[in-house]
Amino acid sequence: MSYIIEGKTGDWEVVIGLEIHAQIISQSKLFSGAATAFGAGPNTQVSLVDAAMPGMLPVINEECVRQAVKTGLGLKAKINLHSVFERKNYFYADLPQGYQISQYAEPVVGEGTVVLDMPDGGSREIGIERLHMEQDAGKSMHDQDPKRTFVDLNRSGVALMEIVSKPDLRTPEEAGIYLRKVRSIVRYLGTCDGNMEEGSMRADVNVSVRKTGETELRTRTEIKNLNSVRFVMKAIEHEAQRQVQAYDNGEEVVQETRLYDSQKGETRSMRSKEFAHDYRYFPDPDLLPVELTEDEVEAIRASLPELPDETKQRLMDDFGLTPYDAGVLVAEKETVAFFEAVVEECGDPKLAANWVINQMPRELKRSGKSIENSPVSPQNFGKLLNFVLNDTVSTSAANTVIGIMYVDGDDPVAIIKDKGLEQITDSGEIEAAVDQVIAGNPDQVADFQGGNEKAIGWFVGQVMKSTGGKANPKMVNELLRTKLKG
Amino acid sequence: MSLDKNDVKKIAFLARIRVPEEALEPLAGELSNIIGWVEQLSEVETEGVAPMTSVADMTWPRRADTVSDGDCAADVLANATDPEIPSGDANVGGFYTVPKVVE
Amino acid sequence: MSTPAPTELTDLTITAAADGMAKGDFSSEELTQAHLGAMEIAAGLNAFITPTPDLALERAKESDARRATGDAQGPMDGIPIAVKDLFCTDGVLTTAGSHILDGFKPPYESTVTTNLRDAGAVMLGKTNLDEFAMGSANVTSYYGPVKNPWKGNDGKDLVPGGSSGGSAAAVAARIALGATGTDTGGSIRQPASFSGIVGLKPTYGRCSRWGIVAFASSLDQAGPLTRSVADAAHMLGAMAGHDPKDSTSAPIPVPDFAAGLDAGVKGLKVGIPKEYTLDGMPPEIEALWTQGMDWLKDQGCECVEVSLPHTKYALPAYYIVAPAEASSNLARYDGVRYGLSLDGDSLDEMYEATRGEGFGDEVRRRVLIGTYVLSAGYYDAYYIKAQRVRTLIADDFRKVFEDVDVLLTPTAPSAAFAIGEKMDDPVAMYLNDVFTVPASMAGLPAISVPAGLDANGLPLGLHLIAKPFDEETLLRVAQSLEDAAGFTARPGATP
Repeated sequence: MSYIIEGKTGDWEVVIGLEIHAQIISQSKLFSGAATAFGAGPNTQVSLVDAAMPGMLPVINEECVRQAVKTGLGLKAKINLHSVFERKNYFYADLPQGYQISQYAEPVVGEGTVVLDMPDGGSREIGIERLHMEQDAGKSMHDQDPKRTFVDLNRSGVALMEIVSKPDLRTPEEAGIYLRKVRSIVRYLGTCDGNMEEGSMRADVNVSVRKTGETELRTRTEIKNLNSVRFVMKAIEHEAQRQVQAYDNGEEVVQETRLYDSQKGETRSMRSKEFAHDYRYFPDPDLLPVELTEDEVEAIRASLPELPDETKQRLMDDFGLTPYDAGVLVAEKETVAFFEAVVEECGDPKLAANWVINQMPRELKRSGKSIENSPVSPQNFGKLLNFVLNDTVSTSAANTVIGIMYVDGDDPVAIIKDKGLEQITDSGEIEAAVDQVIAGNPDQVADFQGGNEKAIGWFVGQVMKSTGGKANPKMVNELLRTKLKG
Repeated sequence: MSLDKNDVKKIAFLARIRVPEEALEPLAGELSNIIGWVEQLSEVETEGVAPMTSVADMTWPRRADTVSDGDCAADVLANATDPEIPSGDANVGGFYTVPKVVE
Repeated sequence: MSTPAPTELTDLTITAAADGMAKGDFSSEELTQAHLGAMEIAAGLNAFITPTPDLALERAKESDARRATGDAQGPMDGIPIAVKDLFCTDGVLTTAGSHILDGFKPPYESTVTTNLRDAGAVMLGKTNLDEFAMGSANVTSYYGPVKNPWKGNDGKDLVPGGSSGGSAAAVAARIALGATGTDTGGSIRQPASFSGIVGLKPTYGRCSRWGIVAFASSLDQAGPLTRSVADAAHMLGAMAGHDPKDSTSAPIPVPDFAAGLDAGVKGLKVGIPKEYTLDGMPPEIEALWTQGMDWLKDQGCECVEVSLPHTKYALPAYYIVAPAEASSNLARYDGVRYGLSLDGDSLDEMYEATRGEGFGDEVRRRVLIGTYVLSAGYYDAYYIKAQRVRTLIADDFRKVFEDVDVLLTPTAPSAAFAIGEKMDDPVAMYLNDVFTVPASMAGLPAISVPAGLDANGLPLGLHLIAKPFDEETLLRVAQSLEDAAGFTARPGATP
C-alpha cells in the first residue's frame, strides 16, 4: 500500500509514529487511593495527594504496574524488571504538583511488535518503542467564566500507559488500523476500556514527510490529543500536505507541537505552550524504583487471555474462515464472543460469520443498540440461522425476522409464526402458484421460449410476490424451468 | 561555568519566579559563585559509578488497588485562593480557578 | 506535696517530668502552664511563629484525665513540646517560615506529630525556622530571625543555628521540654550544637515524611531536639515507625531506644575520620574532639583513625542534590490551592508574581540553582555527577562501618555566630554544615551532644554517626559522652 503526495518538487512519502495514551483500568489512582470513576462532582475524587498539598507523598498502586506489564506482554514486548518513575517538571493549571510523575529513562516496557491486518488480506508489522506509566493531569475548563479558568482535579493522578510506536507507519490508513489494533489488544487484555469518546484513549501523532527514496528522517511535528481514529487519519493527511507545501515553497518545517482543528480541517501551531520548555526530568525521590521478579512476570504471562491475533488464527484453522472475515470478527472481543456463541447454536461457521459481519452491525445501527446491550442473544441469532439452513425460512424472510428481533428482542420462532413467514416447501402449493403465473403471462412465456433465458428471474419474482416471499426460491426456480421448457 | 543576566532570566522563568530587573545582575554573581564552588566535583573520578537513586535500602512498597481516599472536596478546596463552589456546598464539589487560560 | 515552682518544672528533663507526673507531683496542666509562661517571657527570642496555648491546655487536660483513669500512654504523655513549623498540623497555621504559605491551615496532621499526639505529647506551638528549612542560622524566615538564648561575652545577639532554630532555642531556653526538628543537611544537629542541647537525626526512613513540608525528599528526616540523650531516645520512640503513606518509610519495628542507654560502651570501636580535620578549624573545637575521644577511651572504647576519602565533596554534592529536589518540591506553591496568591493577567504572570513575592532570597537562590542543575545540557554534568559522588560517599561509610561501630566528629566548625554575619556569602554560610552533611548524604543516623563551651562561653557539640537503623548504638555512645561531659551550662540570656 503506498501513499504518495505529489508535490511541485517531486513525490513525498509520509512517516508516522503514534504515542497512545491509554487509561489503565484500576479502581484507584496511580499514586493515591482516590477513585478513578467517571462523572463525579468536581474535585470529589481527589485526595490531598492528588491536590499536591504540602507534605503529601505518592505510593505506587501495584495493580497499575501489573496492568502495564500485562499490556507489554500483549504487545509482545520486553518487560523491564527494573523501572524508574521520574518527575517531568512544568507549570500548568491542571498540574498541581508542578511536575508529572512519569517514566522516562527506564520505562517498565521496552520494544515490542504489533501486527496489522491490511484490507488486502496481507499483514504489516509495526514496532513498539516502549510503554511507560504516568499520571494523568486534571481538567481545565475555559468556557465557564469570562475571566477565570476552572480546574477539576478528578483525573489528576489517574494512571495512564503511554504506548510509543516506532516511526513505522506510512499512511493515514495504517495509522488508523494500528490505533484500532492497539485498542483491540488492550480491550482483550482488560487493561484499558479503549473508550475514545470519554478520553480513556487518545493519541499524539508524530508526522514527517520525505522525498521518496530518502532514507533519513526529516523534521517531525507532533499533533496532540486526538480522540478518534478518524481525527488521527484526517490530522495526518492535513499535516503531511502542509509539510509538503512548506518544503515546496522553500520553507522549513519546525519541530513543534500542533493542534488539529476538526472543524477547519487543519493543524495549527501551539507555540505558546512550547516556549522555553525544559522538563528537567529526574528520578522522583519520593518513590523507589519498581522492581519485578521473573516469576511475577511469568505469572502475569500465564494469566493472559487469548489475544486477537491468536483468536484470528484459531477461527481460520478451526472454522475455515478467510483471513479477512476472521480479522473483522476479532477486532472487537465482544463481536468474536457473540460469533462463537452463534456458531455453538447453529454449527455453520461460514453462515454465522457472514451474518455477524453483515446483518448484525446493520441491525444494531438501525435499532440504535450496541453489542453490549444487544436485544438479541447469540442463541436466538443462531436459531434463526438454523431456520435458514433447514429451509424453514428463506433468506429474505430471515432478514425480515432479524429486523424485528433487533427491535423487540423476541424469539425468532414466535416472530416467524406470528408473521406467517414459514417458507412454503409444499410442492403442490408452489406448483399452483407457478401455473397461475405462467397462465397469466403468455407474452413473457413466449419471450422466454424464444431464447431469453434471463426472463426466468422475472417469473421467480412474480411467484415469490404471489406467495408473500414465502415460497422456497430454489423449488420455484426448478419448477419454472421444467414447466416453461416443457 | 558562570551565569549571566540572561541565563538567570531564563532560569527564573523556568522556575516561574519573577526577579526584578535590577536583581538579575547581582543574582547572576551569587549563582555563578555557588556553581563555581560545586564544580570542584569534577575532580572526583566517577567513571563506572552508578548514580544514587535512594539511600533507603528497601524495595518499593506496593499499595493494593482499593479506593481508600478522596471524597473530601471540602478539605481539598479549604485553602484555595478563589474557588468556585456551584452549589455553595464544598462537600459536594467545586473548582479551583486560575486566570483565564487562552489556548 | 506543694506544687513545684514554674522554673523548677521548666528545668526538668522529659524523663524527670514523666516521673513527676507518674508520681503525682504535678499535672500535665501545671507543667504545660509553666512552659506557656516561659514562652511568654521569652517571646523576644522569636522562637515561635504560632503559639497554641489553648490547644496545649486542652491536650494537657486530656493527658491528666488519661492518667487519672490509669490510661497514661508512656514517657511522652503530658509532655509539653514544640513543633517545627514544617510539620503540617490539623487546623493550625503551617508556614514553613515562608510568606508563600500565608494563611495555610492544613486539613491534616503529619504522621510524626500524629504519633506524638497519640503518645500523649502536648503541642505548645509551632516554632520558627529558616524558610522551607533552607538555612543554617535561622535568618531566612519570613517571620524574622530567631535569637539564640545563649549570648557570648560580647553580648551580641547570636543565631541559634538552623534550620530548626526556633525548636533549638525553645528547648535551650526552657520553653519546651523537647521539640521536633527536621534535618536535611544538619538542620537538627547544627542548631543543637549552637544551642547547647541534644539533636538527633535518625536514619533516613525511620520517621515518616508524610505531612512534613518537603525540602529535599531524599535527605529530609524528622528527629527530636531535647536536653538529654535519654529524652531524645524517648521522643524518637514516639515519633518513629513505619508509615505506608511514605514509600521511603522503613517497614521495620521501633525498638525501645531508651532500654540500652546505660549498657556502657566498653569494647566498642569508634572511628575518627581524618578528613574531618579542617584547615582553620578553631583549636578549641579540635581540643574538644580530642577530649571526646579520651572520654570514650576512658569508658572502654577503642578509637581508631579511619578514612572517608570523599568527605570534602559531600557539601558541594549536597548543594546540587538538595536544591535540585527543592526546585521541584517547591513547584506546587503556585497560588492556586493554598497560601499567597497574587493577581496576574495570565497563568504565568500569576505564577511569577506569586512566587516572586512569596519566596525569600535564599529559597529563590536554591530554587534557581536547582532548576539550573536539572536543565537540559547541565543535568549530567551537575545532577548525575553529584549522585555518583553521593554513591561514593555512601560507599566510604559502608566500608568504615565494616570495622567500626560509630564515628566521632565535631558537629559544626564553629560556635554560634552573630545575627547578620555570613549573610553576604552563601557559600560561607553553607560551610556550617560541613560535618553534618556527609551522614545526611548517606542517610545515616547521627546525633549532636553538648560537650563543652568555647572561650566565648558558647556551647559546642560533638557529633556521632552510626550504621543505618542502629540508633541504639548511637544513643548508647551519646549517653556515655553526655555522662563524661557533664554539660550543665545553660543560657543566661533574658531577651
